[in-house]
Amino acid sequence: MEQLSPIEFPVGKGSNTSIHKAGMRWGEFVIKIWLQVCALISLVTTAAVVVLLLVESVKFFKVVSPLEFFFGTRWVPLLEPSSFGVLPLLWGTMLITIGAAVIALPMGLACAIYLSEYASDKIRAWVKPTLELLAGIPTIVYGYFALTFVTPLLKTFIPNIQVFNALSGAIVVGIMILPMIATLSDNALRSVPISLRQAAYALGATSYEVTTKVVVPAGLSGVMASYLLAISRAIGETMAVTIASGQTPNLSLSMLESIQTMTAYIVQISLGDTPAGSVGYQTLFAVATMLFLITLVLNIISQWILSRFREVYD
Amino acid sequence: MAFISEQEYQNLQHRHRKARVFQRCCAAVTWASVFLLAVLLYQVCADGLGWLDWQFFNSFPSRFPDRAGIKSALVGTLWMIALVAVFSIPVGISSALYLEEFAGKGKFAKFVELNISNLSGVPSIVYGILGLAIFVRYFALERSLISGALTMSLLILPTIIIAGREAIRGVPMSIRYAALSLGATRWQTTWAHVLPASFPGIMTGVILALSRAIGETAPLILIGAMTFVAFLPQGPMDSFTALPIQIYNWVSRPQPEFHELAAAGIIVLLVVLLLMNATAIYIRSRTERRLK
Repeated sequence: MEQLSPIEFPVGKGSNTSIHKAGMRWGEFVIKIWLQVCALISLVTTAAVVVLLLVESVKFFKVVSPLEFFFGTRWVPLLEPSSFGVLPLLWGTMLITIGAAVIALPMGLACAIYLSEYASDKIRAWVKPTLELLAGIPTIVYGYFALTFVTPLLKTFIPNIQVFNALSGAIVVGIMILPMIATLSDNALRSVPISLRQAAYALGATSYEVTTKVVVPAGLSGVMASYLLAISRAIGETMAVTIASGQTPNLSLSMLESIQTMTAYIVQISLGDTPAGSVGYQTLFAVATMLFLITLVLNIISQWILSRFREVYD
Repeated sequence: MAFISEQEYQNLQHRHRKARVFQRCCAAVTWASVFLLAVLLYQVCADGLGWLDWQFFNSFPSRFPDRAGIKSALVGTLWMIALVAVFSIPVGISSALYLEEFAGKGKFAKFVELNISNLSGVPSIVYGILGLAIFVRYFALERSLISGALTMSLLILPTIIIAGREAIRGVPMSIRYAALSLGATRWQTTWAHVLPASFPGIMTGVILALSRAIGETAPLILIGAMTFVAFLPQGPMDSFTALPIQIYNWVSRPQPEFHELAAAGIIVLLVVLLLMNATAIYIRSRTERRLK
């Protein structure tokens, strides 16, 4: 706030008193410090995450060469002879993410288009909260759904599918991120001004042409940002894939076999009795660092797209 | 009399047919997603409803499915909500107030804002690792309720701050000007006018964030919430279990009876979440009416 200059202000008859800026209010000073400290907690959290992951990963890479970690194709951290190639875990995560993206990206955009372009206000008022409800269901429930519903259903079509398989995990993760894409993209498409649509319709375009050639391109930055956020969420998703897709590090191309994602590995280690300080325990931090970096990069790109490519309409 | 040629007419027909098909596809996909929610709820209810009885609520976990219950998990979850609320609500609202009312638009504020939006994208399991290293080991709080609650609080803080800032930003500037012009200080304005006006919006965000904390499983597994707890926690330093952990425990057993128990646990969890969401929606609709 600006400094208030003392104002000459006659108080009473012949008085020389002037009103000065009020003295320091110590109570408010303390409150301000408290508020500032609270805001700093989030900075401290970030710093703590980064320092912790960095320090522990450095310890890990003193024992295991980065070459083996990043390019090794066997992940056997706990049994002898041990091997620390992270590629199978990375591949497991990629299988789930790609599978989920194939399902959720087109379906989510279709939902968003329906909600913003076609649905009546009445339908929208019901469907959008329902999708939000779907987004609020805990991931453990999706894991249960995968194991007791999706996998048995798949088994009727594909008899040789394993009990734990990548496909079922990918499907439920896809279902999980779909509402997120739908609601975020719907917001993006709705922010496209109605005048653009009217102009296109006036030129004789059909609703399909208006949507695909005017509305979606105009809202593309928002749609892309929602895609990246959803993919980053699929990569970090833990419980559903742990339950549905198993604990077998696997470089196989097949989605019908059991795999292990990076997150599922972290769960496996923390459920076991790996002693703190051992190499097996430090793998936890090395894998978590990769997970953190991948999701962070995706989130930053998503924010960059939003700020760089946002079409601003008056 | 034709204004357009036969070929142009065909072309137009084709374009309109395409538009109709596209519209139906989009509608079908949307209804399919809603249908999926119905299937999911039906599946859970069909499996679990039969197990919901007084005995289920009033028993501890057990090796025998018909004697197992969620008493300790439910009490653990209630403890967690209370502790997380105590930690995260004051800190979250204070941060939001600071960023909106005091920090200005400088580089520091920008930096904090960027940091918070990145934090909200960090996978929950990474928070679990942080909690394990900092609270469980470094501060030696052991695998206690308080470790779990602190971890969860860090996890939902960005959500609360973002929702809180949005609510605070919704308060018209005129209210602030009025208070300031009457000689109120910044803090008096914030405390007496901005905060009450934005409180419903903030609470909606807080409730949604808390309901996220209730459903999160991965961070609790990492900080080691025990999966077999046959006692009720007496204080914040006790070890505990929570609903999602208990559900995970039951899901990961091979016997179908335990899967049905898991479904029953899921029903309880969803009911708790639904109640909280309904509260949030109620608060939102009430304030919308008042502002009109």
